[in-house]
Amino acid sequence: MTTKKNKVVELEQAVVRFAGDSGDGMQLTGSLFSDSTAFAGNDFATFPDYPSEIRAPQGTVSGVSGFQIHFGHKTVHTSGDLADVLVAMNPASLEANLRWIKTDAIVIVDTDAFIMKNFIKAGFKANPLEDGTLTGHIVLEVPLSTLTREAVKDLDLDNKTALKSKNMFALGIILYMFNRDYTKTFSFFETKFKKNPIVVNANKKVITAGYNYGETAEVFTNTFRIEKAELHKGRYRNVTGNLATAWGLMAASERSGRKIYLGSYPITPATDILQELAKHKQLSVVTQQAEDEIAGIVSTIGASFAGAMAVTTTSGPGLSLKSEAIGLAVITELPIVIVDVQRGGPSTGLPTKSEQSDLMQALYGRNGEAPVVVIAAKSATDCFYLAYQAAKIAMEHMTPVILLTDGSLGNGSEVFKIPKVADLSEINPPFVEANDPEYKPYKRDTEKLSRRWAIPGTPGLRHRLGGLEKEDITGNVSQDPLNHQKMTDLRQAKIDRVANYIPKLEVEGEQEGELLVVSWGSTYGVMITAIEEMHTEGKLVSLAHFQYIMPLPTNVREVFSKFKKIIVCEINMGQFVNYLRMHFQEFTYKQYNKVQGLPFMVIELKTKFEALLNE
Amino acid sequence: MENKIETQEIILTKKDFESDQMVKWCPGCGDHAILKSVEAVFPIIGQKLGMNKEDFVVVSGIGCSSRFPYYLNTYGIHGIHGRAAALAMGIKLTNPKLSVWIISGDGDSLAIGGNHFIHIARRNLDVNYLMFNNEIYGLTKGQYSPTTPKGQKTKTSPQGSFETPFNTGELVIGAKGKFFARVVDTNPKLMQKIFLEAALHHGTSLVEILQNCVIFNNKIHALITGKEVKNDNQIILEAGKPMIFGKEKEKGIILEGTRLKVVKIGVNGITEKDLLVHDPTTEDTGIHMMLVSMTPPEFPAALGVIRSVKAETLEESIWNTIEYEKKASPLKSVDDLLNSGNTWEIE
Repeated sequence: MTTKKNKVVELEQAVVRFAGDSGDGMQLTGSLFSDSTAFAGNDFATFPDYPSEIRAPQGTVSGVSGFQIHFGHKTVHTSGDLADVLVAMNPASLEANLRWIKTDAIVIVDTDAFIMKNFIKAGFKANPLEDGTLTGHIVLEVPLSTLTREAVKDLDLDNKTALKSKNMFALGIILYMFNRDYTKTFSFFETKFKKNPIVVNANKKVITAGYNYGETAEVFTNTFRIEKAELHKGRYRNVTGNLATAWGLMAASERSGRKIYLGSYPITPATDILQELAKHKQLSVVTQQAEDEIAGIVSTIGASFAGAMAVTTTSGPGLSLKSEAIGLAVITELPIVIVDVQRGGPSTGLPTKSEQSDLMQALYGRNGEAPVVVIAAKSATDCFYLAYQAAKIAMEHMTPVILLTDGSLGNGSEVFKIPKVADLSEINPPFVEANDPEYKPYKRDTEKLSRRWAIPGTPGLRHRLGGLEKEDITGNVSQDPLNHQKMTDLRQAKIDRVANYIPKLEVEGEQEGELLVVSWGSTYGVMITAIEEMHTEGKLVSLAHFQYIMPLPTNVREVFSKFKKIIVCEINMGQFVNYLRMHFQEFTYKQYNKVQGLPFMVIELKTKFEALLNE
Repeated sequence: MENKIETQEIILTKKDFESDQMVKWCPGCGDHAILKSVEAVFPIIGQKLGMNKEDFVVVSGIGCSSRFPYYLNTYGIHGIHGRAAALAMGIKLTNPKLSVWIISGDGDSLAIGGNHFIHIARRNLDVNYLMFNNEIYGLTKGQYSPTTPKGQKTKTSPQGSFETPFNTGELVIGAKGKFFARVVDTNPKLMQKIFLEAALHHGTSLVEILQNCVIFNNKIHALITGKEVKNDNQIILEAGKPMIFGKEKEKGIILEGTRLKVVKIGVNGITEKDLLVHDPTTEDTGIHMMLVSMTPPEFPAALGVIRSVKAETLEESIWNTIEYEKKASPLKSVDDLLNSGNTWEIE
């Protein structure tokens, strides 16, 4: 934290991390603090970090649930490396998060939970508040449980109910610390617990008590304020990548005039998209929770045949199950969108942790020559635009499109400037009019090479599609050798030509120079932060970040040729770098990879890039 | 729901559904008769339901029977193995006005597609499901299927199959299916009658067709369909009628205790009035379950519509909810949605 001397210290940015038992309500605490941050006019990004068990054994490190928010006066691209402030509701959450906080971080602990029984569960041999574990940190020891009970004592609540609000006491303290209007958080409870005024009252009292505690207990030598961010004029909201994906798909449906159909099976971390779309029957969204991943995608293909904007959502293991059906969509040349919210693999892997390791599966994980369009969102808000784009490409080019996001985007949130649907680019699927005498199922558009979309129920266009190879133009079943070659070539060429309809690759920073850093998908935030920091330090490094992967933008060779060194960074063991090696063999690529279920940190990237500059 | 019936009369003929593609099933295969029956009945269905020829969609999985869509001039998809029901779900939920037909076999439906099979029955999507049961894998040339009798020798069960087979009707009823009928490929008239009833039934109409694979499992249903035995070994059930069968209509079925029993009319004082009267519409599965389980020689095999129970369909539930929510919700567009909830303005 850069500080100016004042009673209220002005900061450029800060990172706060809430951590507690998975039943302690840390996600709610974090999201209420995010709302407050929005009202304060800061830019911010958040990330929840929770275990894959719903309620792991209480008090253990495996049961710790965390929520991190990074907010600032300037544009915030990531949820932050190390935290400036940690709220630890018990010893386990302190143990789990010590390595994610700065050496001089402020640590707020619930001393009521710092008892021997909990030290043992957390793996501490002695009280970490006393044994030097926290040397260098500013530690605020607050008996949160006691004070919470005290705050609601006139409400006649049982002990268990009273203690449910102790997270709100912590929130009150943090709200005071950052000079926030704590009453803004009340509306959440007033709406959510409309029918239970005692709960509303209890939470209001506890937040207020926490805030007042901060003010009167003289535990802080100063408080902090972050000026409003320089955001463009407009209406804003907070959005997670999964929500943004759902809404981008809905926008594409509305703009194209095609009903949206989602066939999906619940899977972490993609389920939110299904849950969100399931809510929106009022906007004619049809969702079907299928009996399995396969029925999810196959029903999507059926819906597409019937004329819907058809989508299936999944994560890595589900994408594996969908492989054969993606092939069916490839050969029938029907538009579908497949959203893969990637997670750590292989197999069940790390369900709640993020990874970029499904790239090769998305590109090639099918039998036969089965090319599809693959695109990847670069931030939570970008999920909106890329979901829209996925649907547009699918329908206009009559092809399956795989949209790659991942757990960090899906669950992470960002400030979203609300767009107008009418401002999004038009979507014009190649429909066939009734009784068109020229219609042949596999006759193609000369530019895009897409076949046309003839919807059941339309007179004069009856035709059969299917998984058997089809004769060019007529669509009759064909085993002819030359026809198979031709159809294989056409299917690839159709995908290649999508390159003419996507944006060119852009370089951030100098357009030529010593070092080009290459990345794709969810790592954009941390990459750009590293590059920008290096620029302010006078170290010139440029970034080329890919959202379009199959096909690649048309100017990749041109961009790469202007740099002496290229390094490709990804949260996998080098899938994109190998893809680039295959396509552009004339360049030498270095690579930086990590698969720890964790995002890159700005500091590790900078260290790597600086070493390369000095090589 | 957009499911309104057109008032103008639609006149279709068999020709409207015949395809120009060469039919490539083996000569003598039961599939030919099924195809002819479907071609004959679609015009009648069109007329009764106000459907035009472009309103029919035929989907299939993999297997001999699954080539069906190519041999009918309708909209169609030949899908992947076992997944026809899932294709149908997406089609019907997108456009409930279409008459959707699933064509599948015993391997396709009950082995690789078993999951979709039980779930479509449970969901009661308004589609028609023709399951060709020849108790063998034909297209892959003679391996045992989930309906192959225990002990039967096939290429993959050279010592005889070790497995207990499914009974299709039991599976459908156990999966909360609302409609189950059984026909034989040797009786085109019955097929047409039952396909029409399936089409008119509102919900998932599962029709099991006992079909002969002339190459790999010839005469597997001969005990039911054979000319000499069929009168004694089949009973064609009709709603509201007593359960009578036999060459001279001399036999019937009664309920004795908790079991069905074959009796002779006139023997031991049994009259027609003592016989069970078929009620396919009852929700209760007891008698239906016993009827689908009947096998020769102890019992005649039950044919016709065995179960036909009214219930809301999946697409009705979804689209009725959509219509309701559209009226009830203040959100009328995606713009409204994006601007709902917690938002803030930067001046």
